[in-house]
Amino acid sequence: MDLNYTANELAFRDEVRAFVSASLPPEISRKVIEHKRLGKDDFVTWQQILHRKGWIAPGWPVIHGGTGWNPVERHIFEEECAAAGAPPVIAFGISMVGPVIMAFGHPWQKERYLPRIHSSEDWWCQGYSEPGSGSDLASLKTRAERRGDHYIVNGQKTWTTLAQYADMMFCLVRTSGEGKKQDGISFLLIDMHSPGVTVRPIITLDGEHEVNEVWLEDVPVPVENLVGEEGRGWTYAKFLLSHERTGIAAVSRSKRELAYLEHIAAQEFSGGRPLLANVRFRDRIARVEIDLMALEITVLRVLAADRQGKPPGPEASILKIKGTEIQQALTELMMEAVGPWALPYLPDSWGDHWLGERVGPEYAAPLASRYLNFRKVSIYGGSNEIQRNIVSQMILGL
Amino acid sequence: MDFDYTDEQQLLKDSVGKFLEKSYSFVARKQIIASREGFGPTAWEGLASLGLLGLPIPEDFDGFGGGGIETMIVMEAFGRHLVVEPYLGTVVMAAGCIATAGTDEQKKYLLPLIMEGSMRLACAFTESGGRYDLNHVATTARMEDGQWIIDGAKSVVMHGAVAGLLIVSARTAGAPGDAHGISLFFVNPAEDGVSGREYPTYDGNRAADIVFRNVHVSADSLIGAADLGLPLIELVTDRAIAGLCAEAVGCMGALNDATLDYLKTRQQFGVPIGRFQALQHRMVDMLINFEQANSMALLAAVKVDAPDATERRKAVSAAKELIGRAGRYVGQQAIQLHGGMGMTDELSVSHYVKRLTAIDTQFGDADHHLDRFAAAESAKPVEVTVFERPRAKWKRI
Repeated sequence: MDLNYTANELAFRDEVRAFVSASLPPEISRKVIEHKRLGKDDFVTWQQILHRKGWIAPGWPVIHGGTGWNPVERHIFEEECAAAGAPPVIAFGISMVGPVIMAFGHPWQKERYLPRIHSSEDWWCQGYSEPGSGSDLASLKTRAERRGDHYIVNGQKTWTTLAQYADMMFCLVRTSGEGKKQDGISFLLIDMHSPGVTVRPIITLDGEHEVNEVWLEDVPVPVENLVGEEGRGWTYAKFLLSHERTGIAAVSRSKRELAYLEHIAAQEFSGGRPLLANVRFRDRIARVEIDLMALEITVLRVLAADRQGKPPGPEASILKIKGTEIQQALTELMMEAVGPWALPYLPDSWGDHWLGERVGPEYAAPLASRYLNFRKVSIYGGSNEIQRNIVSQMILGL
Repeated sequence: MDFDYTDEQQLLKDSVGKFLEKSYSFVARKQIIASREGFGPTAWEGLASLGLLGLPIPEDFDGFGGGGIETMIVMEAFGRHLVVEPYLGTVVMAAGCIATAGTDEQKKYLLPLIMEGSMRLACAFTESGGRYDLNHVATTARMEDGQWIIDGAKSVVMHGAVAGLLIVSARTAGAPGDAHGISLFFVNPAEDGVSGREYPTYDGNRAADIVFRNVHVSADSLIGAADLGLPLIELVTDRAIAGLCAEAVGCMGALNDATLDYLKTRQQFGVPIGRFQALQHRMVDMLINFEQANSMALLAAVKVDAPDATERRKAVSAAKELIGRAGRYVGQQAIQLHGGMGMTDELSVSHYVKRLTAIDTQFGDADHHLDRFAAAESAKPVEVTVFERPRAKWKRI
């Protein structure tokens, strides 16, 4: 039993730290740390830096451009990137569709798509949710009908994150209405530049454009873009969900946010003293910090089991529930920390190139929007209620 | 980074588990609680023969030489079996005090007696009006004619009445609340001037209020350096807290197992009640609380041996705080999900809940430790920068 890093792990951490500090553009990390709006270029720039270094896809087999790191090394890498304020690697390509193509794709799909995912040449989005199919995803209705050497796809996807940037979408479609609803689902790779694809923004409560509706009207998709077998899409989707789930706890990012919260609370004053010295507020921070300490050990315990060959399974649901509760608590405390300065709503001021006047401290401007935006984390990726269903069935056997 | 037990630790876990399985059933425990002594002399002998009474004692003195992890293993098993023996006070705290700060003579005389099971000790640290503050010591000790004379009173001393020897904190300088000026003494409770009353606690343990009136003890009764006792008190109390955290994890594990089993077997509306989502989600939250508590008990077990006292304090208090909250949640929900049966004395559920509730109160509850954690946190300097306020001029931005 030793919760400290070994000498090798420390050396690895130093190597990662040195690389990140030398290569992460400061204007990007500043935006990340201060909750400024990130554009497509910010994500792609960092992802391509990692690609050139060969560190973009730690979870992939080495033959496809993985790093060969063990789970602890991968944890250290995530930790260092988050602490330095690196943007998160967009999951859709590297963590989601990549592993599915590797496991179930045709050789030509691997040859074409994996290198383009690795280099961020293609931006991927996820075509899962539909207006009538949220938590009950398997009830999805988007149809794909085989006509010659194409599928003709019709339907509507929604909540499609960053589809406005996407070149490709991995999409669950119904190829059969027979039998169990799960059995009629197939996994298609759709070129977002195809005729019949329309992306319409959904503006969320924070005023931002992050998610979209994707309308599919008679979209022709070549048959060779089917992954694996027709009717097996649900299995691949579940595989995808069980892959790379320890990162979902977002411990490293929450540690950075906690430090930023303390930074804010030290500068905000209440009764002539820093808010950090206000016992009522300080206690609320401390409680989140303790929860986060516990979650970090819980994640490490899951990783240790992972290293012994036990793949992370439904335990990931526990990490998702607790991790998102902590993320939400942190955004809430940050917004509350700035008091009335949370009220001014000047969204342009947290984008690029704002030369106008600021209202209140600079750190305060995006905090209310961020709090509102983070209500999403307990809903996406399987709502926390669905996660509880998973734990209940898979771990508790209820 | 490594979460594995060594072979020796695994062996310890197996042997203590097997021993308690055999000799500390729920029925046997009830008899022990009802007995005059309030602990199990046979069980105590058993713990001695397993070597558990020498757990924190160095190998030089024929002890087990264990640290936080070994204590965690034993205490978790104690939690599973709701052990009411005076183990924490005798072994983790008193033997810990002696092994850490005792003179060679004190060690040579007392450690073998503890290990063979013929002497139990209690640590009398807490006083009325001091709540959980270890530096609230109004009991005094003064040197007269080569003897220490002790006056004062200690309250809610766990297992105080079965102790053959007490370790008493007393003030040799300063005023109540001062960190400096506290010393530790061995006091034989049979000594003239020592009186007290014993009573049961609601979780099946025993405690005592002890009064010291003009009690004379010899000069060599002092443990460690005079006036500088507080760090030692804090150290052994932190070890006891780490042990309690593990005990709480054992209790929570047992409660979760019992509750899950009940959800699968209890039928209402023609189905096992575990089919109902409202109850399923509650059970999942009990599991999450248990896992988080388990993680913190581990952290406390590892960090309690850290040479840096601030690091130790932070981890131990964080663990006690989280476990206080988690224990409350798991305990309350275990009763709720058991319905009326959770309210009975017959089922072990209520006994686990009572023990968990008592653990929160021992050595500081969740609020107390949140405070201690935050105080350790705020030891780091706060950087304050002044920002520019907007001008009071109306214009549209």
